[in-house]
Amino acid sequence: MPKLTLDDLKKLREKARRTTVLREGGDFRAKVTVHMGTCGIAAGARTIMNTFMTEIEEKDIRDVLLTNSGCAGLCSKEPMITVELQGQAPVKYIELTPEKAKDIFDKHVLNGQIVQDYALGIGSEKTDVS
Amino acid sequence: MEEQTSEKTYRIHLMVCAGTGCVSNNSFAVKDALKEEIKKQGLENEVLVVTTGCNGFCERGPLLVVEPGKIFYQQLTIKDIPHLVEEHFLKGRPVEKLMYSPPEDKTPIPVLNDIAFFKGQVLIALRNRGLIDPEKIDEYIARDGYTGMAKALTEMTAEEVLEEVKQSGLRGRGGGGFPTGLKWEFVRRASTNNGGIKYIVCNGDEGDPGAFMDRSLLEADPHSVIEGMVIGAKAIGAQQGIVYVRNEYPLALKRLNIALDAAREYGLLGENILDSGFDFDIKVTRGAGAFVCGEETALLASIEGRLGEPRPRPPFPAEKGLWGQPTCVNNVETWANIPVIINRGADWYHSIGTETSKGTKVFSLVGKINNTGLVEVPMGISLKEIVYDIGGGIPGGKEFKAVQTGGPSGGCIPKEKIDLPIDYESLSEAGSMMGSGGMVVMDEETCMVDVARYFLSFTQDESCGKCTPCREGTKEMLNILTKITEGKGTEEDLTLLLELAQSIKDSALCGLGNTAPNPVLTTLKYFREEYEAHIKDKKCPAHVCRELNTYTIDEVACVNVGKGCDMCRRNCASDAIVGEKGKAHTVIQDKCIKCGVCYDVCRFGAVKVD
Repeated sequence: MPKLTLDDLKKLREKARRTTVLREGGDFRAKVTVHMGTCGIAAGARTIMNTFMTEIEEKDIRDVLLTNSGCAGLCSKEPMITVELQGQAPVKYIELTPEKAKDIFDKHVLNGQIVQDYALGIGSEKTDVS
Repeated sequence: MEEQTSEKTYRIHLMVCAGTGCVSNNSFAVKDALKEEIKKQGLENEVLVVTTGCNGFCERGPLLVVEPGKIFYQQLTIKDIPHLVEEHFLKGRPVEKLMYSPPEDKTPIPVLNDIAFFKGQVLIALRNRGLIDPEKIDEYIARDGYTGMAKALTEMTAEEVLEEVKQSGLRGRGGGGFPTGLKWEFVRRASTNNGGIKYIVCNGDEGDPGAFMDRSLLEADPHSVIEGMVIGAKAIGAQQGIVYVRNEYPLALKRLNIALDAAREYGLLGENILDSGFDFDIKVTRGAGAFVCGEETALLASIEGRLGEPRPRPPFPAEKGLWGQPTCVNNVETWANIPVIINRGADWYHSIGTETSKGTKVFSLVGKINNTGLVEVPMGISLKEIVYDIGGGIPGGKEFKAVQTGGPSGGCIPKEKIDLPIDYESLSEAGSMMGSGGMVVMDEETCMVDVARYFLSFTQDESCGKCTPCREGTKEMLNILTKITEGKGTEEDLTLLLELAQSIKDSALCGLGNTAPNPVLTTLKYFREEYEAHIKDKKCPAHVCRELNTYTIDEVACVNVGKGCDMCRRNCASDAIVGEKGKAHTVIQDKCIKCGVCYDVCRFGAVKVD
């Protein structure tokens, strides 16, 4: 490794930040939640998760948070995901395939256009009884 | 197993605490189990395992923080791992039973920042705690590491750096509290002799019982200390740095050396750093663990290969230090604060803390406290907030009695003063001192005479023997204290103790001796009635001093409640208990060696101690 210049240090920081930003609770533009209950996994949710992982990595996207959660309650329509753009209502997508997932990633996650064809509906069920 | 790299994208980072506390609780085995299970479940491309320095909440180790989201898992064992990996990382269902629940309320708290222990803390020196792998320089750089240094070397003059540190109000974190900028200025102004160079030294010779701030800092974030030293070197005009760490800190030494190598490889140490024309390098000296080597002149003697003994000051090291050259000695935590001060500016730093004490202080919170661990708090926070909010109070519903700060040089602050704000001045006024940050909490079962005796035996042991007041004086004080704890003390002893204390304070050669009487003086000031109980009534109110205890058996409770269970008699090593199963037992006082076993084994409260 040659000695760093001031410029190298800045570049190195930018590069390294991409790894650590996940730990800092920073602002993510979008959050994609893959529902990974036993039903989801059986229906292929892991493939969907991997599709998003690959998309994020290949396109070098750093402001999209990919996470998982349990069964969404609509087991017959799995695999399902929820896409939340910052400041917008969450959208649930159902019966996904890797192709559909890629489509959603390009159109909705990156460009903000909801893909009506695969969407179940907008909004989440309320968790608060009050 | 193939090493995971941080170059790749992962959706989850598992921050496994690998401070010495968690490591001794088996956190490396937990880490290996995590890696193995993640691979088994096919998640190795999605979940990254990172080892970090001390997270701070040592009481609950081994610890794991899941990012993003800061889900806090505690007291993990290897058998918890398969379930945790499947439930949380595969299926997205955080596992409640592995989360922290406060003792008074059994509801688990999932997120780290919501836990009272972490809530009240302000992190400057520990800014990277739990967020980076201390063995990876890139992760330190990602968190604005070395930007303060870059700024100091390429955009600022040495005077500007010095002025910034002076303006910040930072004071030495090793105990004395001397203004850091002023010390730097002395060294900057001093001239070298015979064409020598100026030195800067990082004092990592942490020796106070119960203190582990320096160790944890070096283990968790060695680059912050290195960066601080380079900035200091620029301000002072020093060319060589030395970190003095005791050899009992193998993990700190290992991580520090890895960090130094990495910094050298990147050219952040060595010649012409960042093309600025500035040369500076750091080497490590290992100490052999003598407490007195924390005293700066003894420390310098030790680096030079001489016997670790202090010498009279002046001349101060700022004028004549290492090899007779101007030398700046600062503590680990002081150095770790510097990069942030340069990066964020003196005004920002100045806005935190009290009138005379700026910034934050790291404390190791130990003793009779629910949340043992490493905490960083803003100056001016009350002792009460540290003990009850962050520390979670006293275990077992016992009553809080005192806090010992400043180690063997400090003193005990009684519960009447629990609202005391933590800063250099108020601690000194209370008869104690900030010290390097050990904070030992004591409850009603602590005997204050015994505490004073313990600290005196420590300083007596660690006294280098060079000057008479410390060598002979502390020994005499220890003898008197031992006599009192054995019930052989007289009232004249208290007068003698005070006299000795005063003359040692006035005449000892170095800080170790000057401050050695402090634990006795503060306990005598705030807990004189305990000394008197030992002397006049021959009783130890906390029942710690064994010689003064009398064990008896309440015959009614023994027969009616315990049905004469005979446990005490069977466990008595000196055959001092008579009785048989089903009947009342009694202690034969002449034979009793006051070991207290009968008291411990009686499940019916029939054995009484007085």
